[in-house]
Amino acid sequence: MNDKKFWFTLGGILVLFIIYWILGHPYFIEGRVNMFFAIIIAASTIIYFINKAKRGEDIYLRTIPGLKAFEEAVGRSTEMGKPVLYVPGIVDMDQVETVAGVIILGHVAKMTAQYETPLNVPVARSIVMKAGRESVREAYIMQGRPDLFHDDMVHYLTDDQFAYAAGVNGIMMREKPAAVFYQGKFYAESLILAETGNSIGAIQIAGTASPAQIPFFVTACDYTLIGEEFFAASGYLSKDPKLVGGIKGADVLKVILIALILVSIVLRLFNDLGWINFDILKFLTIQ
Amino acid sequence: MISAEIVGAWIAVFLTLSIFSYLYKDNPFYKTAEHIFVGVSAGYWASIYFWTQIQPNLFGRLWPYLPEGQASGFFGKIWYGIYNIFNFIYEPAFPDGGVATGHGMNLVYIIPLIIGIMMLLSVFSKLGWFARWGIAYVVGMAAGLRAYGFLNSNVIGQVKGSVIQLTGDVSTGAIINGIILVVGTIAGLMYFYFSKEHKGWFGSIGRIGIYFLMISFGASFGFAVMGRISLLIGRFTDLKTYGGADYHHASLWLLAIMVIILGIWTFTSKDKDEATT
Repeated sequence: MNDKKFWFTLGGILVLFIIYWILGHPYFIEGRVNMFFAIIIAASTIIYFINKAKRGEDIYLRTIPGLKAFEEAVGRSTEMGKPVLYVPGIVDMDQVETVAGVIILGHVAKMTAQYETPLNVPVARSIVMKAGRESVREAYIMQGRPDLFHDDMVHYLTDDQFAYAAGVNGIMMREKPAAVFYQGKFYAESLILAETGNSIGAIQIAGTASPAQIPFFVTACDYTLIGEEFFAASGYLSKDPKLVGGIKGADVLKVILIALILVSIVLRLFNDLGWINFDILKFLTIQ
Repeated sequence: MISAEIVGAWIAVFLTLSIFSYLYKDNPFYKTAEHIFVGVSAGYWASIYFWTQIQPNLFGRLWPYLPEGQASGFFGKIWYGIYNIFNFIYEPAFPDGGVATGHGMNLVYIIPLIIGIMMLLSVFSKLGWFARWGIAYVVGMAAGLRAYGFLNSNVIGQVKGSVIQLTGDVSTGAIINGIILVVGTIAGLMYFYFSKEHKGWFGSIGRIGIYFLMISFGASFGFAVMGRISLLIGRFTDLKTYGGADYHHASLWLLAIMVIILGIWTFTSKDKDEATT
């Protein structure tokens, strides 16, 4: 889709919405008009930049130290003749962090396939096991090494949070992996895992959007991808135009968000001073 | 007299001390506790999911209990005929007449049943691709469902929370707090801006953002450590209770036995290591 088509489609949607609104907008909850526009703005911005990236336009992405360390960690494991351990979090595929973790697993698997390094992925959810296997299998096939892949690379331990932590700790103590990746959503087990990985001298790279667990990973890991760095990682590693365009789109949304915050503060000030009659807080409240 | 409570206390103490023995090093006690924990919990959760989700919410809606015990109509007879086969195979999960959980019949639940069966087909390597449909459904459904929630709480909610009050009935301290909040939010957002190099004034704002993030992480770390300490105190309180005469001094006996066995194990494994070398 080129720019012309994009603007034509977006304009068409807005014109149709205006007509629908003038006709009395049946079934539309007026209190959610702000959410409607938020969805339109967010979706259109991201689609616009994905299209740009797909057309081959150059999109600059600054370097993130943690991402550079991925290859270094796998390389270190290869040199030491030790396996790589990948922990994709403890929640199911309905969490966006787990989805990001499984995507990054595919990239790590490509490296382990290339270097012929053993990969071990213990999981806590059956659907994650299936998705993880698919991701790893695809990576090994893409690298031309399907012979190195076997289903047990991605194996189920248990659904229970601390039993899973105990199991992963046991694997770490016995297999002594040289590189440990924690990429996904974590809860209270994060420090138990990261501390054990630290004690065996493994190079550890964590990535999570769980704000409460980031401090533990920062403390015990060599590199930590915090918050959105973690979601951007898959785009960086794959250079896939869809993902790179999505990162650029999200950046533009951040600028829009900052502008919205500043404008909202000014509007509230004017309203409080009685200069205008528009309550921004009421507008921002979803009914 | 040895009651079930006392046996339970001894098992709890043994497992607690076995897990604590990991502080020394990986050893047979820890391995035993770990394998029991992983195995029992895997079985426990499988059972819990079946009896709290699949049986009442899925089968309870597909084959709800019929008061007369008989289905009416041609479709009903065939439908409950299928159920009777399950009833014949495993009666406790499929009781006579249907699953009585108070739900009415809702045939939309055939979709999750089919998706579940497709997931199970992955045990056959040639039919493994069926599982992708289930994964696609879960991921797609979750993405759509959570997009609204994230936009509501993380975007619009964040903007609303940042709209600080600067005039009227507000103290100077609250205004300063509000300004810090807004500066922290904006600087934090700038730190996560990836498509521009963090240099010059832009880099300075990003650095302020990371300082704010680190301060919040530090506070969060301290808070979590406090929580963990309270959990540790809880375990020690239990060990102290089970060390009393009511429980035949379980903590003390087991601690002593484990220390002796660990000592013997350490010396024998050291001898074996030396012999191997």
